[in-house]
Amino acid sequence: FPNPLSSISGISMSPSRQNLHHSLHSTMALPKTSYSVLSAFCTEENISQCIAYINQEVCSLGLTGVSLESKSGSLSAVPVLNLLYEVLQLQRRAQRALHELETQQLKNGSDLEHLQHSNCRLKDQLEHTRRDNSGLHEGERQLQLKIKTLQNWLKSEKEEVQKLQSIISSRATQYNHDTKRKERECTKLKERLNQLLMDKRDKKLSIEISNHVGRSDGKRGLWKTGKMEARHEGEMYKALLSDYETRQRSLMMENSELKKVLQHMKKDMITILSPKKPEPANDSLEQAVSECEEEIGDPSRETLEQSCEQAREQLTNSIRLQWRKLKSHMERLDSQASLVASQEREGEEMMSRKEHEEEMQRMRMELQQCKEFIHMQQQLLQQQLSSPCDEETAALLNDCYTLEEKERLKEEWRLFNEQKRNFERERKNFTEAAIRLGHERKAFEEDRAAWLKTQFLNMTPFVDRKRSALSDSALSVGTEPEAKLQSTPPLVTKSLFSTPKAASVKMPSTADLYRTLHLIPDSRGHGKCQSGEMSTKSRLRNCSTDCSVLSFVRDENSPI
Amino acid sequence: MNFSEVFKQSNQLCKVSPDGKYLATCVQYRLVVRDFNSLQIAHLYTCLDPVMHMEWSSDSLFILCAMYKRGLVQVWSLEQPDWHCKIDEGSIGLVSSRWSPDGRHVLNTTEFNLRVTVWSLCTKAVSYIKYPKACQKGVDFTADGRYMALAERRECKDYISVFVCDDWHLLRHFESETQDLAGLEWSPNCCVLAVWDNCLEYKLLLYSLDGRLLSSYSAYEWSLGIKSVAWSPSSQFLAVGSYDEKVRILNHITWKKITEFEHPATIINTKAVVFKEVEKRPVVGSEDLSIHQLTVDNSLFSTQSKYEITQLPAQVPVIKPDPDRANPKIGISALAFSADNRFLATKNDNMPQSLWVWDMQRLSLLAVLEQTAPVRCFVWDPRRPRLALCTGNTKVYLWSPAGCVSVNVPVEGSFQVLSLFWHCSGSSLVLLSKEHICLCYVEAGASCGHT
Repeated sequence: FPNPLSSISGISMSPSRQNLHHSLHSTMALPKTSYSVLSAFCTEENISQCIAYINQEVCSLGLTGVSLESKSGSLSAVPVLNLLYEVLQLQRRAQRALHELETQQLKNGSDLEHLQHSNCRLKDQLEHTRRDNSGLHEGERQLQLKIKTLQNWLKSEKEEVQKLQSIISSRATQYNHDTKRKERECTKLKERLNQLLMDKRDKKLSIEISNHVGRSDGKRGLWKTGKMEARHEGEMYKALLSDYETRQRSLMMENSELKKVLQHMKKDMITILSPKKPEPANDSLEQAVSECEEEIGDPSRETLEQSCEQAREQLTNSIRLQWRKLKSHMERLDSQASLVASQEREGEEMMSRKEHEEEMQRMRMELQQCKEFIHMQQQLLQQQLSSPCDEETAALLNDCYTLEEKERLKEEWRLFNEQKRNFERERKNFTEAAIRLGHERKAFEEDRAAWLKTQFLNMTPFVDRKRSALSDSALSVGTEPEAKLQSTPPLVTKSLFSTPKAASVKMPSTADLYRTLHLIPDSRGHGKCQSGEMSTKSRLRNCSTDCSVLSFVRDENSPI
Repeated sequence: MNFSEVFKQSNQLCKVSPDGKYLATCVQYRLVVRDFNSLQIAHLYTCLDPVMHMEWSSDSLFILCAMYKRGLVQVWSLEQPDWHCKIDEGSIGLVSSRWSPDGRHVLNTTEFNLRVTVWSLCTKAVSYIKYPKACQKGVDFTADGRYMALAERRECKDYISVFVCDDWHLLRHFESETQDLAGLEWSPNCCVLAVWDNCLEYKLLLYSLDGRLLSSYSAYEWSLGIKSVAWSPSSQFLAVGSYDEKVRILNHITWKKITEFEHPATIINTKAVVFKEVEKRPVVGSEDLSIHQLTVDNSLFSTQSKYEITQLPAQVPVIKPDPDRANPKIGISALAFSADNRFLATKNDNMPQSLWVWDMQRLSLLAVLEQTAPVRCFVWDPRRPRLALCTGNTKVYLWSPAGCVSVNVPVEGSFQVLSLFWHCSGSSLVLLSKEHICLCYVEAGASCGHT
């Protein structure tokens, strides 16, 4: 069998699979120009060999072979095409597989690269952490060393302190010993000195005194007897006992006061803890209330057995219990308040515990102050009550409180009477002056009337009766009611100068007086007699009345 | 406030009689007794030597003048000026001399504290008390004058003897549990005796009148201990001031500490008021510098001062004491209760310019007064809650709950107020300078407002 195939370059003829694959591979990698080589594979002469070879190859691939129709000497196209198709399929499959393998290969390559990189990185990191670790170890070791050295130092210091203390104590004993020795020596010296001086005593020591002085308490000196000693002892014990008694009394009083305060506190706490409005019912609270009510019955018993230990313990225990309940209640309220405050920020109505405590403190202070005040009052009262006083001194004493006021009152009465008298006097003067004034004014008015009349008459050569009558009437209108100026006929001037006896005798009223003096407005014809008023006012200056309302106007119209 | 004229005195010897009517001063060897209201000389006595100690008897009838150098004591009578009494201790020497509470016995302590001699003016009798102890305060009389407590030291141990002042009968003699007794003091109600140890050990013992130990108190060990002790006038409290700059208050029922008052360098307490004395520089115009002005008008050179309220937190000036010396200047050296028991004034030695006032009702700090110079002397008014203090300059300072005020003493030349004390009525102050005294009349109800 000639092996034309082996002459074809690049194609090896081994039947093994691997080589086949390889050959296939290389077959696929073959460029297209090798097609011409393939065409050289089958010629006209070796068709059947070629077919046989192809069939062999195809069989090894697992495909159906091609049968050769030897009759015509040519291949039927259908099986060949089928074979070709199958081979193409195979080829395609193989290519796909190759493609996949290639991609897989690429992926693996990149994965490998990635892994290598991360491997490097991790190695670096590991290296780094190893270094750090060693560094930390080193530091820790050093610190441990330091701790050890410090502990050693501390121990040595403590030892030193102990040593010093022992030194101090030993030195102290030494000093004590030395001091005692020196003191003994000194005492010996003193004894000696005493002896020496005692010998000289009779000569030098003396007291020169003019005369004996009496004892400060006036008693005579007493002999020293056993009775005296007993008396001294007795007095000393009496002094001690009285001191103890006073102290015990004050302590008892304090004790009872404190007990009272505790009782009140307990009652208050009970009232606080028993809520009036229906709150979210706390079982514990209700229990507390019921317990409290049971205990309210106790005070009556407690007052009976005041000194009894058990009663005292009972009271204090119940107080403690109440206090604990109150505290828990307050804490609950506090937490509630804080919740409310945090939610709504409106915690104004709830008192914080601190404020509450401050309030309590303030109240305690007030309580203390009030107690002190009461105590002081009590003392004063006691003093007052206990001060010795018999009947007359008591009467005197009673009187003395109002003595000052009585004196003052008497003084004021005196003043008042004096003033009253003064006032009467002045009033009388005033009235007299007013009367005088009235008279004078009347006189003056008459004079003026006359003068005016004469003037007027002198002025006008012609006697104008009407006018004079008018002037008269005008004048008369201005005058006061009591000074009844009769409108005299113009020629009768004499009567004007006579003092009008027709003036009223009765005393004028104050209002009239004032009106006279123009101190109150005179509604009648005030404006007509201006000048007259002014002159009368100036007249009044000379009278002894002190009406400061008057104005001082120079009298220019005095008739005389 | 009015000031009287200035009188001479020597040795700071100036005392008001217990009944408040007379003022006695010593000028070298003369004893001058003046009527307190008019300051006219009522009596004049002459002693044999410059007087070192002068004391009124409790009934204001006698005055004792002690002359330690010559060992003499002379007693003068106010009722009979020509009565005389001279006590000569002879070669035994004299270290201190005092009256007994009944005003009829004189107790002389001899040199080296050998013994206490009790001379009776009634009977010329003499009694001796041996082995008295020489310490800060070894003798104390009860307030009612019935008993006397005396510290003794025999065979290196401390003893306390209680005598009945009537006839000097020894009532009780017992050993004290102190290492080295430094002082003793009766409580104002005469029933308890407070005894304290010296500064090397903090120990306070309370003995009853009959010699039983009621209680013992010790705040700490090893460090320097008690420096000063004061009873409150009602005997309710016992204030103990110590070298650790604290005052501890004990109560009379349990004899335990109820509180301690600290004296920190920074005051943070918001309820306390800090008054700082500030000096105002006087403005001098050129026309004022005439010689006449300079010599006569003292106010040119004396600076006015007033108190300002410092904002809290305030710093108190501290002077660190020398650690090597004994009896260091640190700790509470002076304590005084006010007459109504409501206030306590304290002075801390390493803050010498400050005076601290504590409210005893609230047991807290009420006020701190910071002066421009170390406080020399402070005394409470015997009637009202009013404190007078002086710092050695020409001013006297008054504090009351209403405020505090500084007053210049308007005396020609400068009057450096070294110490002062109140008259028993609380209406006037007696100021002492080195060689003079001056009276200061204070209105009774005057509330001091700070300017």
